Amino acid sequence: MKFNIKVWRQANSKDSGKFESYTVDNISGDTSFLEMLDALNIQLTKNGGDPVAFDSDCREGVCGMCSMVIDGQAHGPKPATTTCQLYMRHFQDGAEITVEPWRATAFPVVRDLVVDRSAFDRIMQAGGYVTVHSGPKPEPNSIPIEPEVAEEALDAASCIGCGACVAACPNASAMLYTSAKVSHLGLLPQGDPERKHRVLSMVEQMEGEGFGSCRNYGECEAQCPKEISIKFIGMLNREYLQANLLDQANPRGKMSPQ
Amino acid sequence: MKLESKTPDAPLDEMWSTHREHLRLVGPRNRSRYRVIVVGTGLAGASAASSMAAMGYKVDSFCFQDSPRRAHSIAAQGGINGAKNYRNDGDSVYRLFYDTQKGGDFRAREGNVWRLAEVSTNIIDQAVAQGVPFAREYGGMLANRSFGGVLVERTFYCRGETGQQLLLGACSALAQQTRAGNVKMHTRCELLDIIVIDGRARGIITRDLVTGEIKSHSAHAVVLASGGYSNVYYLSTNAKGCNVTATWRAYKKGAGFANPCFNQIHPTAIPASGEYQSKLTLMSESLRNDGRIWVPRHEGETRDPNSIPEDDRLYYLEERYPRFGNLVPRDVASRNAKDVCDQGLGVGPNGRGVFLDFRDAIKEHGHDTIAARYENLFEMYSRITGESPWDRPMRIFPAPHYTMGGLWVDYNLMTTVPGLFAIGESNFSDHGANRLGASAMMQCLADGYFIIPVTIGDYLSRHETDDVSGHPALQDGVLKAQQKVDQLLAINGTKAVEDIHRRLGKLMWDECGIIRSKTGLDHALEELPKLRDEFWNDVRVAGTGKQLNQSLEHAGRLADFLEFSEVMCRDALARDESCGCHLREEHQTPEGEALRDDESCANVSVWEYQGENNTPALHHEALHYNELQPTQRNYKT
Ligand SMILES: Cc1cc2nc3c(=O)[nH]c(=O)nc-3n(C[C@H](O)[C@H](O)[C@H](O)COP(=O)(O)OP(=O)(O)OC[C@H]3O[C@@H](n4cnc5c(N)ncnc54)[C@H](O)[C@@H]3O)c2cc1C
Ligand code: SF4
Ligand code: FES
Repeated sequence: MKFNIKVWRQANSKDSGKFESYTVDNISGDTSFLEMLDALNIQLTKNGGDPVAFDSDCREGVCGMCSMVIDGQAHGPKPATTTCQLYMRHFQDGAEITVEPWRATAFPVVRDLVVDRSAFDRIMQAGGYVTVHSGPKPEPNSIPIEPEVAEEALDAASCIGCGACVAACPNASAMLYTSAKVSHLGLLPQGDPERKHRVLSMVEQMEGEGFGSCRNYGECEAQCPKEISIKFIGMLNREYLQANLLDQANPRGKMSPQ
Repeated sequence: MKLESKTPDAPLDEMWSTHREHLRLVGPRNRSRYRVIVVGTGLAGASAASSMAAMGYKVDSFCFQDSPRRAHSIAAQGGINGAKNYRNDGDSVYRLFYDTQKGGDFRAREGNVWRLAEVSTNIIDQAVAQGVPFAREYGGMLANRSFGGVLVERTFYCRGETGQQLLLGACSALAQQTRAGNVKMHTRCELLDIIVIDGRARGIITRDLVTGEIKSHSAHAVVLASGGYSNVYYLSTNAKGCNVTATWRAYKKGAGFANPCFNQIHPTAIPASGEYQSKLTLMSESLRNDGRIWVPRHEGETRDPNSIPEDDRLYYLEERYPRFGNLVPRDVASRNAKDVCDQGLGVGPNGRGVFLDFRDAIKEHGHDTIAARYENLFEMYSRITGESPWDRPMRIFPAPHYTMGGLWVDYNLMTTVPGLFAIGESNFSDHGANRLGASAMMQCLADGYFIIPVTIGDYLSRHETDDVSGHPALQDGVLKAQQKVDQLLAINGTKAVEDIHRRLGKLMWDECGIIRSKTGLDHALEELPKLRDEFWNDVRVAGTGKQLNQSLEHAGRLADFLEFSEVMCRDALARDESCGCHLREEHQTPEGEALRDDESCANVSVWEYQGENNTPALHHEALHYNELQPTQRNYKT
C-alpha cells in the first residue's frame, strides 16, 4: 500500500510549526500505524532528513504514551483503539492521512507530534491516591467488595492517561480523565476516608492547569481508546457537590497526612 | 571481585525476620538528611521510591517516559502470585518457594527465594489497601487463577491488566510523595552513567530528553530499577524503550553482571507478520488454562484449521507431558513450539507459528464464561491479526520476554559496588534460570515495598550525610557523557539505527535464543564486533543533541546493547550445561530435555568488566542447597 502522509512539524515549543507531506510506499496492511511512521523515519534518515518525533513505548495500547490526532480524530478513525493498535489495513490504499499532535493549551507541543502532558501527573499528585505506607496491612478478605463494584472501579481505573479526551474535547476539558480516578477510588471502601479532599483538590488542580470546563459535548467518551464512560463525570460532579456543600472546612488545612 | 551473598546464618523460615532484627536503622529524624536516587518508575522503582520517601528519605526518581506511570510494568497482563492459600488447595510459603526453585531449575539462592515467597502475601494486602481493584468472587472475596507450571491457584489478577493496576497503585503512592515534596520526579530524563567516588556509588549523569542538557545528580545511594534487556533481540514483548543502558553502565563501573544468558522466551506471543514489525505482542499465558495447543500432524497440511479432524491434529504438549499438558513451564512450551516448527509442522507466515485453540473450551464452558475470562485478550488478538479467535484458532509463537539475568546483588540487594542497589527485573536475584508466570511483579514489589526500604537503612546508617555535589568526578562524568553524544552525532553515515538494531536482534535470536550451541555462539562472537564497527562507522543519527532527538536516544541504547550482547554470548558459552531457559544443544536428554550439570555448574556466573577491548573476567558464586535437593525437572509424569 502507498500513503501520502501530511504531518505536523514543529521544532520546539516556541516554533510556530507547519504541515509537511511525505509519501511512504510498500506498506503491508498488517503494518501498524506507528510502524508505518517508523518506515517513514527510516526513509527520512537515509535521505538526509530529520525523522518525525512521536511518543510511543508499549505499542500495545496500555502505556498511554502514543498520542496523535489522525484525520481529525484522537488516535484515528477506529473506536476504542490507541494509535499504536491501529493498522494500515484500516486505511484506503493511496489515502492522504493528516497527522497532528494533541492540541490543548495545557498540553504544549514539545516537538512535532510530542506534547507535554505533565499537567495530568500534577492532577494525580493532587489527590489520586489512598494514603497508605508500605508495611503490614489488614487481611484483604476482611473487607469484602461486591464483584460488580470491583469491576466498575476497574472500568474507571482502566484509563491509560493518554490525553485523547482532552484532544477530542472542543473545550480541551480534562474531566473524563480526572473523573476516572475520582470514581475508581470513590467506588472502593479503601478510597472512602479521603474522598472529599480528593475530589476538591484534584478539581482545583485541573482548573489551575488551564483545561477547559466540561460542556457535555461527549467527544471525550467517543474518542477515548479505553471507552471510559462519561457516567464517571456524573459521579465526579456528585462527589464534588457533596464535598463542597457538606463540608466547607478542609481537614487537610489543619492536619498533615503524615 | 568479592561475591559475598550475606545470606543470614539462620533456618530458612527465620532468615528474613532474623536479618531484619539485626539490620542497623536510620532514625526518623535523620532520614531526611539522606538523598537516594531511584532510576526507574516501574513496579520496582515506584514502590521503592514511594516507600523510602514515606519513611522520610529524600528521593530523586527518574524515568525516560513522560510520566512515571508509563514504565513498562504497565503492560504486564496475567497476574501476580501470592501464597495466600485462599483456595485451600495446599498452597503455602513452602510450596511457592518450592515451585520457584524448581521452575528456576535450581539456579537461584534458596534464602532469596524463600524470602520472596514469604513476602508475597504482604504484597496483595498492600495493593488492596491502595485501592487496586483485583477480581472478586460473588461473595466479595478475592479471586484466584492458576498460572503456567504450578498445580495450585495462587494468582491474583485484574482482568488482563494486572500490571497496569499494580503500577497505578505504586505510582499513586509516588504521586502523593511527589506532592509532599519528598520525591523529586525527573521525567523524560535518561541515565547515561553512574558516578563512583571513593569506591561508593554517589550519583548519576543524565540527559534531559527535551532540552538535551547533560547533568549530574549526587546522592548517598543509588538504586537501579531500570528493568530487563530483552530488547537485545530487537523484537521482544518489551516496550520499545526498554534498554540495558543503566545496568551496563553500572557494570562498566564495577558492578558484577550475573547470568546474562538467562533470558526467558515466552511461548504465547503473536507471530511476526512483516518487515517493519517493531515489537511482538504477548498473549497472556493464562490463555493456556483453556486453550489447547496443536499443529497439524503432517507436513504440508493445507486444510482450514477448523476442518482438520482430531486424528490429524498433534496436541504435542498434551501428548508429551500428560500431567501438565498445555500448562508446562514457559521454556518447555517455547522449545517444543520451535521443535515442531523446525519439523515443518508450523502454521502461518513462514511456518513460524502454532495453534492455540479455544474450540473445546467454548464447547465445554460456554461462550460467556470464556468471554468473561479472555474477552480483552481475544479482542487484542483480532485487532492485530484481523482474525477472530472465536472462529479460528489463534496463532502463537515464542518471543523474548523476560531476563532473569541482571546485576549481581547480595541478600540486601546491593551490587558489588557499595551504595549501588538493583531491584526488580534489573537484578538477577530470585528466578534462577527460568521465571514462573506471575512472579516477576511479585519480585518487583517485594524488592520495592518490603526489602530495599529496610536494607538501604543498614547501608546508609554506616555513612555520613556529606554532600559531594561539587566533586570533580561529577563534572568529569558530564564531560564524558557529552563526548559520547557528540561522537554519535558525528558519525553521519548512511544506516538507520533501526536497521542495525534489527540485525543485532536477528543474530542474537539465531545464535543465543531458544537453543544455543558452541558453534553458533562462536559465530555470534565473531560477528558482533563487526556489527559494532559498522554501527560506529556508518550509522546516521539525525538532528542535534540540544533538542528532543529520538534517534539519538535509540542510538545510545543500541551502542550499549552491541557491547552487552557479547557478554551475553560469552556467558551462554561458558555455561556448559542446559538449565531452565538455557538449552545448550550439546546437553540434552534423549527426549530433548535440558540436562543440568549440578557437579560443576551449580553456581551463578558473574562477569566483571576489565576495561575497553579486554575480555571480561568470570567469577562464580556457588549455590548451596540445604532445603531442597536439585532434582531433574520432570513435567512428564
Ligand atoms: C507483555 C508483558 C506481560 C507481562 N506479564 C506479567 C505477568 O502477568 N505477571 C508478572 O509477574 N510479570 C509479567 N511481566 C513481567 C513484568 O512486567 C516485568 O518483569 C516487570 O514489570 C519489570 O518491572 P521493573 O520495575 O523491574 O522495570 P520496568 O517496569 O521495565 O521499568 C523500568 C523503568 O526504568 C526506567 N529506565 C530504564 N532505563 C532507564 C535509563 N537509562 N534512564 C532512566 N530511566 C530508565 C524506565 O523509564 C522505567 O520507568 C510481563 C512482561 C511483559 C513484557
Ligand atoms: S479517559 Fe480515555 S482518553 Fe482520557 S486519558 Fe483516560 S484513556 Fe485517555
Ligand atoms: S504506545 Fe503504549 S499505548 Fe500506544
